[in-house]
Amino acid sequence: MLKEENKIFKNLYNEQGWELENALKRDDWLDTKKIIEKGRDWIINEIKASELRGRGGAGFSTGLKWSFAPKKVGSRPHYLVINADESEPGTCKDRDILRFEPQKLIEGCLIASYAVNAKVCYVYIRGEYLNEGKRLQEAIDEAYSKNLIGKNACNSGWDLDIYIHYGAGAYICGEETALLESLEGNRGQPRLKPPFPALVGLYGCPTIVNNVETIAVVPTILRRGAKWFASMGRPKNTGTKIFYISGNVNTPCNVEEEMGIPLKELIEKHGGGVIGGWKNLQAVIPGGSSMPMVPKDICETLKMDFDSLVEVKSGLGTAGVVVINKDEDIIKCMARIARFYKHESCGQCTPCREGAGWMWRILERTAKGEATHKDINLLSDVTKQIEGHTICAFGEGSAWPVQGLLRHFRKEIDNRCFSEPIVKKKRKIPYLIDQHKLESKDA
Amino acid sequence: MSLKKIHDNQPDKFEFTKANLELADKILKKYPSDQKKSAVMPLLYLAQNQNENWIPLAAMKYIGKFLSMPYINVYEIATFYSMYNLAPVGKYFIQVCTTSPCALRGANKLVDICKEKISKNQNELSQNKLCSWTEVECLGACINAPMMQVNEDYYEDLDETNTKKILNSFLEDNPLKPGSYRNRKNSSPEKNQILTNGHKNA
Ligand SMILES: Cc1cc2nc3c(=O)[nH]c(=O)nc-3n(C[C@H](O)[C@H](O)[C@H](O)COP(=O)(O)O)c2cc1C
Ligand code: SF4
Ligand code: FES
Repeated sequence: MLKEENKIFKNLYNEQGWELENALKRDDWLDTKKIIEKGRDWIINEIKASELRGRGGAGFSTGLKWSFAPKKVGSRPHYLVINADESEPGTCKDRDILRFEPQKLIEGCLIASYAVNAKVCYVYIRGEYLNEGKRLQEAIDEAYSKNLIGKNACNSGWDLDIYIHYGAGAYICGEETALLESLEGNRGQPRLKPPFPALVGLYGCPTIVNNVETIAVVPTILRRGAKWFASMGRPKNTGTKIFYISGNVNTPCNVEEEMGIPLKELIEKHGGGVIGGWKNLQAVIPGGSSMPMVPKDICETLKMDFDSLVEVKSGLGTAGVVVINKDEDIIKCMARIARFYKHESCGQCTPCREGAGWMWRILERTAKGEATHKDINLLSDVTKQIEGHTICAFGEGSAWPVQGLLRHFRKEIDNRCFSEPIVKKKRKIPYLIDQHKLESKDA
Repeated sequence: MSLKKIHDNQPDKFEFTKANLELADKILKKYPSDQKKSAVMPLLYLAQNQNENWIPLAAMKYIGKFLSMPYINVYEIATFYSMYNLAPVGKYFIQVCTTSPCALRGANKLVDICKEKISKNQNELSQNKLCSWTEVECLGACINAPMMQVNEDYYEDLDETNTKKILNSFLEDNPLKPGSYRNRKNSSPEKNQILTNGHKNA
């Protein structure tokens, strides 16, 4: 278990108060000026040495990303954008950082902005988090009033303004380029990459996009040293991480733990165990709904870090652990997730827009026992048609979970399907009617 | 993509109130002066607040002029994002999260209660016209599932009994407080909470 002294987010449940005076007691804003005086290269190298990987889902090296920003500011200003869109089902960590540790985020914004030469930082918060945004704004105002940010922030000679921009209910705006489109006042539809935002981002200017948690851990890493951070977890999977255990467990909760903690320990110790006991476990979605599930036998020994999860054909994603026990209908559960993706596709790429609907409809049929074995092959085929053929990673995010279901629960699925009768029943639906028009009332 | 219906009965005119005009000016200052368009989302939100929680077409035209952008672009945005209501909703707009993590903890029961207490279908007004409800996707509070959002606030850790109580309080126009309904501190683990069953997928 992670030692109390190694925890970065000491106020995750708001036991000590979120206000600036309380945050200062937790060492926020301690010697920020000295950190900045060590210079850009030192900061970026230290973050590289800590092997911090992005907490937004993709797990890209943060130090490396920062080093992609042009070294000198040219004719266009640089921007830092914080991704607080948090809409991945099973994910609810950024909310607690915004509510209870806002100063960590704000201090991180200052340091990161300095490192990437940005003088303006936007925080893109999902629209539903209105109260969390208000809280962050209060914290920002407090920081301005103490000159921690603003002109000559912390007496470091660097100027920084932080603005909040609300989303309005679109999961896809969590994708970094869709987020930038949304911030520019367009529909949130992802852009083709390259060019990457680090060179051509917000308003065509170099922009670094990072997740809330990624930025919020930066000040502590720089204060306590890259070595300290890297001493936890294992190489390339270092540090601590907020995990959150939801679904069929006795005590769902958020908890900061060491990277690489065994999944079983996470569920039993922090989640209070699976409802009905460990033997009642069916499967776990380890990293938010976009990551393929892992069945019980893999869960026994699974370690929760980026590389271990890739080895079992899943991923750490956002580290949102959703526990599904044997009382649940796993096919129905995945059909609901497929409906989520169908609802949230931005509609630019045909494979994603249409495929998400196909997957949903076939899974709904399967759950009801109305699918044929041929349908299941079609389902598998559709996932392959989506994967790798889309503008953004939403395509993989919607197809992989279905592939995971097919990989691990094919037997259950096949048991529920029937073979097509040789003589087809005549259906009332006229042949030419478009299937999804029939279903459009709950589209 | 959500399918949205534009309300049949549209007002002819829309204008920001003086207070909102001041807010709009403040919002515009957040963005570079040549990028006024960035303010379209916050302005739509202001319009929605001003107009009893829904956005009439006249407001979109007004905002288009306000930001010197084509009306169609404003329309595009208002229809793309799910939080903009293009038809009236109840004074208390109840949004029940039914995505899997919530569904695993009984969100479907909340939906049944909404159907029973408010209206048979989503997006219909209750008989006394105070409430309406809809199903939404994950609201980012899965640890506190099942949960629902009512206007701006989250009601968390719900079960059937307290959902009924909460809905009654809205129907009576005397809302109960938001937050956890199991008295838990935010997203912390609860001690001594061993459930053996009772959370079966409805
Ligand atoms: C469909 C989709 C949704 C995403 N949603 C989020 C999100 O809600 N929050 C987030 O931080 N990153 C999200 N991401 C990842 C971002 O694109 C991006 O990788 C991340 O913000 C980078 O920050 P990091 O390097 O700090 O992780 C999403 C990606 C995709 C493809
Ligand atoms: S993959 Fe889906 S969400 Fe991503 S750009 Fe294409 S249609 Fe939009
Ligand atoms: S699934 Fe309901 S809040 Fe996330």
